[in-house]
Amino acid sequence: MECLFGIQGDKFALLVADTSQVQSIVVQKTEEDKIMLLDSHKLLATIGENGDRVQFSEFIQKNILLYQFRNGIPLSTSAAANFTCGELAHALRKNPYFVNMMIAGYDSEEGPSLYYLDYIATLHKVKTGALGYGAYFILSLMDKFYSKNMSLDAALELVDKCILEIKTRLMGAPPNFVIKIVDENGAREFAWRKSVEDNTGPPSSAPAPLTPVEVSSQA
Amino acid sequence: MSITSYNGSALVAMLGKNCFAIASDRRLGVNFQTIATDYQRIFEIHEKLYIGLSGLGTDVQTLYQRLKFRHKLYQLREERNMRPETFASLVSAMLYEKRFGPYFCEPIIAGLSEDNVPFICTTDLIGAKQYSSDFVVSGTASESLYGACESMYKPDLEPDDLFEVIAQALISSVDRDCISGWGGIVHIVTPDQVITKTLRGRMD
Repeated sequence: MECLFGIQGDKFALLVADTSQVQSIVVQKTEEDKIMLLDSHKLLATIGENGDRVQFSEFIQKNILLYQFRNGIPLSTSAAANFTCGELAHALRKNPYFVNMMIAGYDSEEGPSLYYLDYIATLHKVKTGALGYGAYFILSLMDKFYSKNMSLDAALELVDKCILEIKTRLMGAPPNFVIKIVDENGAREFAWRKSVEDNTGPPSSAPAPLTPVEVSSQA
Repeated sequence: MSITSYNGSALVAMLGKNCFAIASDRRLGVNFQTIATDYQRIFEIHEKLYIGLSGLGTDVQTLYQRLKFRHKLYQLREERNMRPETFASLVSAMLYEKRFGPYFCEPIIAGLSEDNVPFICTTDLIGAKQYSSDFVVSGTASESLYGACESMYKPDLEPDDLFEVIAQALISSVDRDCISGWGGIVHIVTPDQVITKTLRGRMD
């Protein structure tokens, strides 16, 4: 049950996504990062069909970087959002990507911005937005508690309210969430909200012991 | 539920005396979930020509981008603006191009000609044109809009009176449609100015 939401505040925008990789009834992973750094000041959070998600977000990221290398200037957030929307709309009637996403960015003139973009390529600039099953519970929460140009502390308080609501009311709620932020200092991972640690994997993936194990030889 | 009612919309245009009005709701939803309440469905093609696109949000954006592009090419080639009649034919032709995989939009085209004669027209999603000499409606609230317009509309209204009529028709119609509403926007286009007003209706 995927959840993704974003808030635009005073001189920053943040995105929150669950980090569960689910197949059928099995949770395969709880530390899958679904928020990608597109460039120094842009974030792209995606949910949907997992193959499409990874393929599409990497495609967008690489093309945005290619533009930057070719032209020496980065795309603005609105340009990046419209480019992504265009690619999605182009694919829609051929071979659609089943990916819903939110794009957050910071431009020196524009300030922070947040975009809602669904899999049929409806693009809209928003102050708060949510996608996935979590949206049914937290859209109303954000309507009630969001205020224009809210501070980072206030926004984080709202994020925690939202996560708590998802965990209490959503059946099959994801255990872990990642919070990423973008402001004038750039896009970066901000925090995790974890309720389980991922210790899965085969024994070979376990970290090597710090001290070499003494082997007693009986020659 | 049909794909044309996925996002929800209400769109209306009316003729006045040497002027016209075009209005729409502002909701963007996904079925019954409201995403935003400042969605734009009416676009300016040039100072005296507007297009409103009801239906699927993604196609509203795509179609507007393509129409704006075609109009810019026309301006470069012809060094003049398109007449509303010409533009309506362009819209119709572009929609029919996609006859078997259409854009899920029903446009309303409203404009003033060179000598300020108002023109309104609508097409269906595959481009069948329908001219009108009073009002045209489109979107998920179209049934209730027909009723409201038929009882409120009077020919040859002045801009101020036309605004009252179209605003009241829109506001009362969207209250009977679950998936459109959340306020509205009205453009009144007269030979020498465009008046744009946003409306607050039932914001629930």
